[in-house]
Amino acid sequence: MAMDAHQIERLIREALPDATVEIRDLAGDGDHYAAVVVSESFRGKTRVAQHKLVYDALKGRMGGELHALALQTSAPQ
Amino acid sequence: MTDAHQTIDNAVKSNDVMLFMKGTKQFPQCGFSGQVVQILDYLGVDYTTMNVLEDDGIRNGIKAYSNWPTIPQLYVKGEFIGGCDIIREMFQAGELQSHMTANGISMRDTAA
Repeated sequence: MAMDAHQIERLIREALPDATVEIRDLAGDGDHYAAVVVSESFRGKTRVAQHKLVYDALKGRMGGELHALALQTSAPQ
Repeated sequence: MTDAHQTIDNAVKSNDVMLFMKGTKQFPQCGFSGQVVQILDYLGVDYTTMNVLEDDGIRNGIKAYSNWPTIPQLYVKGEFIGGCDIIREMFQAGELQSHMTANGISMRDTAA
């Protein structure tokens, strides 16, 4: 089961309303994405904690329905 | 405590650098696992791997153990460090190298 980019973006925005979300479909197969997420909620958190916030936003789909999401997170400059 | 949990816990606690991956060092079976192997090999770190594809109990158990949904997963001195993206970002920023040094993990002398 693949997910489309809009669905991923919507889920992330629901959990992190201030986030800037940029998603690229890496392979054109609806299964391998790269996401850049910038949000104030990442400030002061470790990378593991930042990625965890995004995974939590995806409500269990990561690693299952969504096989591959190359993730890059940061707080606004 | 399940057998899988026990096996994972033992591996994490008895190996300074422990990588749970798909495939083996010699033959990674997923690009993400392969990238982490390349980084660790480049740094010249001694590390142990466990192939999650050989055991569904481990494959699912490791996700519960770390509360992290994806594989590979790297542990240093019993602490979960991250998956492929985090390891790559840390490596590129020089943070992985300093994390290894801070934890007393020796690396082959790579060009500074």
